Amino acid sequence: MIELYESQRAMRNMRKAAMQRGVIAILDVGSSKIACLVLRFDGTDPAEDGVGSLAGQSGFRVIGAATTRSRGVQFGEITAMGETERAVRTAVQAAQKMAGIRVDHVIACFSGAQPASYGLAGQVEIAGVTVDEQDVARVLSACDVPDFGAGREVLHAQPVNFALDHRSGLIDPRGQIGHELSCDMHMLTVDGQAIQNLAYAVRRCDLELAGIASSSYVSGISALVEDEQELGAACIDMGGGATGLSIFIKKHMIYADSVRMGGDHVTQDISMGLQVPMATAERIKTFYGGVVATGMDDREMIEIGGETGDWEHDRRTVSRAELIGIMRPRVEEILEEVRARLDVAGFDHLPSRQIVLTGGASQIPGLDGLATKILGQQVRLGRPLRVHGLPQAATGPGFASAVGLCLFAAHPQDEWWDFDLPVDRYPARSFKRAVQWFRDNW
Amino acid sequence: MRQVRRDPEMARLDPSVSRAKYRIERLMLTPLFRFAMRVGVPCALGFGAVTWWASVEENRTAFNLMVADVRAQFESRPEFQVKLMAIDGASPQVAEAIRATLPVGFPVSSFDLDLETMQQAVIELDPVRSADLRIKQGGVLQVDVTERVPAVLWRSDAGLSVLDADGVRAAWAGSRAEYATLPVIAGEGAEKVVDEALALYAAAQPIMDRLRGFERMGARRWDVVLDRDQRIMLPEEEPVLAFERAIAMQQIPTMTLLDRDIVAVDLRLPHRTTFRMTAEAAAEFRKFKKIEAGGDPNP
Repeated sequence: MIELYESQRAMRNMRKAAMQRGVIAILDVGSSKIACLVLRFDGTDPAEDGVGSLAGQSGFRVIGAATTRSRGVQFGEITAMGETERAVRTAVQAAQKMAGIRVDHVIACFSGAQPASYGLAGQVEIAGVTVDEQDVARVLSACDVPDFGAGREVLHAQPVNFALDHRSGLIDPRGQIGHELSCDMHMLTVDGQAIQNLAYAVRRCDLELAGIASSSYVSGISALVEDEQELGAACIDMGGGATGLSIFIKKHMIYADSVRMGGDHVTQDISMGLQVPMATAERIKTFYGGVVATGMDDREMIEIGGETGDWEHDRRTVSRAELIGIMRPRVEEILEEVRARLDVAGFDHLPSRQIVLTGGASQIPGLDGLATKILGQQVRLGRPLRVHGLPQAATGPGFASAVGLCLFAAHPQDEWWDFDLPVDRYPARSFKRAVQWFRDNW
Repeated sequence: MRQVRRDPEMARLDPSVSRAKYRIERLMLTPLFRFAMRVGVPCALGFGAVTWWASVEENRTAFNLMVADVRAQFESRPEFQVKLMAIDGASPQVAEAIRATLPVGFPVSSFDLDLETMQQAVIELDPVRSADLRIKQGGVLQVDVTERVPAVLWRSDAGLSVLDADGVRAAWAGSRAEYATLPVIAGEGAEKVVDEALALYAAAQPIMDRLRGFERMGARRWDVVLDRDQRIMLPEEEPVLAFERAIAMQQIPTMTLLDRDIVAVDLRLPHRTTFRMTAEAAAEFRKFKKIEAGGDPNP
């Protein structure tokens, strides 16, 4: 656990340094695009008490934004380092140019790497009369960490709920009187190599990694409105290579997962079904795509086009109904898979079963109708929150995780490593003990 | 491994930057570096160029020559020419002396005139108490002079000179007759207390016809010297008062002290006035005393 503390704390310190300098870059490493936003913090921190104005995001401003086509990222994981590095470089450079300032610190998010959620519980007797910081630290370290396997890293570990004796649902137990403090914690682990690859790619661009987040978590922050986060909702971020889902209740994420399918797979199906290159398939999907066929769609013929020189081949047409027939099974498959994950997580038991679809692939026309049939009645399409200075081009649902990362950068949730280590875990303690032993015996 | 083709069409649609370009651009966005490029480099280049240029001897001399030329041209403009000197407040002799002291060859540029030293030179002249030099419009060097007012004649080892009220020499006097109205002082340290001498002179009005001068004795007190070698020896303190007492004794009609056969009136001790008589007068005095005592007047 100590190493985890150290690496995450190092990133936290980096983030603090970046906040002090006032400029930080946001990097959303997706499978289809890499987005980079440059934030400027104006020094006001409205979150001192309560949320503050403008949903707590008045403290920063987006001064640079750029996207580039992602190369070398599949299923939200880096598969070609050089290509990814170049794409990151391109995005960062364009955003820097727009901002007119150099950025050195980057907070990144990615969607893949097989996230796994764990619910942890811990319980301690409190030392004094009232709960203090040390008690919170002790109860957090008393949580029994499951064996999440070698080669996996903890990405998030957020205390979700505190209970003091028989009172549960405490947000901040400090200063309260009681005997027994228990806490629930949500821990998200991902494949360690994916994090290392990302960190390496960022470092190769002469940038410092000041934080790392799961894309499904941050898109939940930006796409869910406040009451949805409070009452319980799932955010489904349909990206290019992976579909992330996160469940929120009481403003905490309690579950996150990702399905290794996304919009790129739909494109791939079109490409295979219509025998066209991927670029053409992407264009056809974007212009004519849909999931619900009507009688009109049988008559609407789409020119496929081609460059082969074979007249017959290059003059092929396909009806929109056929296109929908190709797309719909894949979209259904994705949603079914999401449904399975939600069932595993026990989403049915939440008081409010709101589902918010966001991400680039959620722009398929008719998707909300299809999702209603598969996921449940309360489905809506979500767009990211509006933040200061965000260009119009970056307000679409495809930027949900980038915008969410801005909010995350401005006001990160308290994580395990933000609390002090319990005193008896300090390595210095053993040294003190040795000194004490010397005193006693000499 | 598949080679990534970079055909021009693709490069336009899907831009990417090389690592070097990325680094350079980041460097250019660094505030300090930008400042250095904007300010530091031009400064360094300019300084370097000037230094290199100035390191050649000919360039330096040429530059100095040019500066001197421009300066001379500017200074010799008619606006700055001083054509004549006007001296106010000085007698013709003093004015002549000032002109001799300030050997200025008119016309001259006002930049070449050092008014400070010229003023000093004028003030150092004996008859000048203060001088005020300035260059007036129209190229006139105006010299305003206040002359010293002769107050006493001072007879010293060096000769007869005229002092003003402050005891500073105003001129050399050829003879006593030139300054008949002035009192004469003499003796060691007399020139330092001219004001006392003047006060005594003012008090001496009733016996002016008999007054010869004042002599400073031992640099501490005055003797009033009258004709017939008479002296009035005054004390150190309040000499004027003592002198007035002597004059009062002279003015009493039955006394007329100074008309008597007396060599000196000694007033040095305020409560005891002593007269020194001539030898004959003393003998006569003793003879009368003897007769009064009933003795033989011709022993």
